[in-house]
Amino acid sequence: MSDRIFGVVGLLLAAGYIWAALLIEESFLSDAVGPKTFPIIIAAILALASIAIILRPDAEPEWPTLGRLAEIAAAAVVMILYAQLLPEIGFVIATALAAAYLTWRLGSGLVGTVLTGVGTSVGIYVVFHLVLGLSLARGPLGF
Amino acid sequence: MDTLASLGDGFAIALTWQNLLLALLGCFLGTIMGALPGLGPSNGVAILIPLAFTLGLDATAALILLTSVYYGAMYGGRISSILLNIPGDEPAMMTCLDGYPMAQAGRAGEALALSGIASFVGAFLATWGLILLAPQLVKIALLFGPAEYFALFALAFATLGGVSSTNQAKSAFAAMLGLGLAMIGVDSQTGVPRFTFGEVHLYDGLDFLVAIVGLFALSEVFVFLEHRHGNADAQGKKMVIGRLTPSWSLIRSCTPTMLRTSVLGFLAGVLPGAGASLGSFISYSLEKKLVDKDNTFGKGDPRGVAAPEAGNNAAAGGALVPMLALGVPGSGTTAVLLAVLLSLNITPGPLLFSQNPDVVWGLIAALFIANFMLLAMNIPMVGLFTRVLLVPPRVLMPVVAMVSFVGIYGISGSSFDLMVMVGFGVLGWLLRKFDVPLVPVILGTLLGNAMESNLRRAVTISDGDWWTLVDSPLALTLWAIAAVGFILPLIFGRMVKSKMQREDESSLAD
Repeated sequence: MSDRIFGVVGLLLAAGYIWAALLIEESFLSDAVGPKTFPIIIAAILALASIAIILRPDAEPEWPTLGRLAEIAAAAVVMILYAQLLPEIGFVIATALAAAYLTWRLGSGLVGTVLTGVGTSVGIYVVFHLVLGLSLARGPLGF
Repeated sequence: MDTLASLGDGFAIALTWQNLLLALLGCFLGTIMGALPGLGPSNGVAILIPLAFTLGLDATAALILLTSVYYGAMYGGRISSILLNIPGDEPAMMTCLDGYPMAQAGRAGEALALSGIASFVGAFLATWGLILLAPQLVKIALLFGPAEYFALFALAFATLGGVSSTNQAKSAFAAMLGLGLAMIGVDSQTGVPRFTFGEVHLYDGLDFLVAIVGLFALSEVFVFLEHRHGNADAQGKKMVIGRLTPSWSLIRSCTPTMLRTSVLGFLAGVLPGAGASLGSFISYSLEKKLVDKDNTFGKGDPRGVAAPEAGNNAAAGGALVPMLALGVPGSGTTAVLLAVLLSLNITPGPLLFSQNPDVVWGLIAALFIANFMLLAMNIPMVGLFTRVLLVPPRVLMPVVAMVSFVGIYGISGSSFDLMVMVGFGVLGWLLRKFDVPLVPVILGTLLGNAMESNLRRAVTISDGDWWTLVDSPLALTLWAIAAVGFILPLIFGRMVKSKMQREDESSLAD
């Protein structure tokens, strides 16, 4: 069943892709093929592959429980927040928080969480910024 | 003779202090990454790409660093296979079959040393194969026009699914997904924006480095979160390593095996889409058929350790041939290496050999040097790497995630790219759940624009006549191989893959 849904999503994706391709404005100085043709070919093959997946689905993958799915979603949200906050609060603080969250969710205890978070952040800062000179996001505190 | 002279020039380039140091660093980091379950050659190389850029390395030096990581990871994968019965990376799967029983019998040290030597033999012979075969392939590739190149790209995608996936429809889906993503951005020939939906950040297209790090490295973090698999499997297990030097008679008895499987592995590596996993698999199965008279394979036969290790290291060298000579990588890791080259404004392919011979031969010389370093590192110092296995994923995975973020942010300095990377991480996790291979997605984003521009050039040259694509014998041959490469796995692929899984499961069962 999962594969069938996957195939249907693939078909919708292909349809949307063709629709978006048809919206591409052609310039008057176009070559013989134009900017639309290749994307449409891609979408057509994508649709064929999706149909094949619908017709011959594989065995059901082992889906995680709802709690585990929420876990992954939460981690993705934390990472997006990290991307947003990085320029605001600076590299060291943001990274320590994000790394601490991940290691906590992977099962570290309180001490381990704090140590891993701070260690990862400071370690990367020292190696990449101080030693290698990579410019990292600078927060209001200067690091 | 020409070849030897070029190789000599290559050694002159590789033997600078900087490059030697980079090779050493690459070998060391690579072995660690190979040894750690959850980090393999492709994501190992992927998270180190930013490091290469940060150090401000030129193309040769960057390639030396990253291919040393690649070779190192192929060596390192065997360590956890032998000691823990958990493959450090996919190609090391077959090494579990005889390596773990050997370790249980108290011969872990011997197995590690022997597999180190086998890895060396495989990689060493494959590097010679690369020297001999790549220039020949270049000669053919120089005859290619745009139509032939288009056919070649099609061939790469058609055969890539092959054995790496059980379902050809899914690998086709993955390839088209990658190609579709590559189309995003301003069309290079007419200058009109495509699929950007008015988002200015997308006008330059998606950075394939962002896609690679997201798909390979971040999705791994999500997989670990899903299983909340935070503790090292090594905990509480103490393995007696035993003597680290295999006896001469043991090496001698394994020599024919190593030589045979090196050749086989190399050929498997050259074929697009086959790669190192297939290399070690066919090496093991063939040796089993050939020399397993007393039914000792699977019960700790040293030849069963030597065969897959020589095979997968030879395949790693073989996979570099199409990447360098044709610009079409045959495996995930070589696709990542291609991405590095493209970001450094170097286009692999036949012209690379004439325009940047220093890059090619410097790289090849560095491979030889790296091989000797790895041999030296992997036999006496193997104890050090076994200790790395004690790092639990709950510490390792956050580090991997954060280094990925730092690397991408260091290159582009844009939060938008980081968000795209998280998106690719989630996408990668989903695709893995559905058993959709990730390598075709990467290859599609990498090659999409080149593929399209060759198509358009070919058709434009012939004034809009599409038949030009199948107009030359060379192009027809390529299309024929592509068709066979796509259809054959439909018949045999399932068989091979299910056999691979069966062997693997039976090894985990006992």
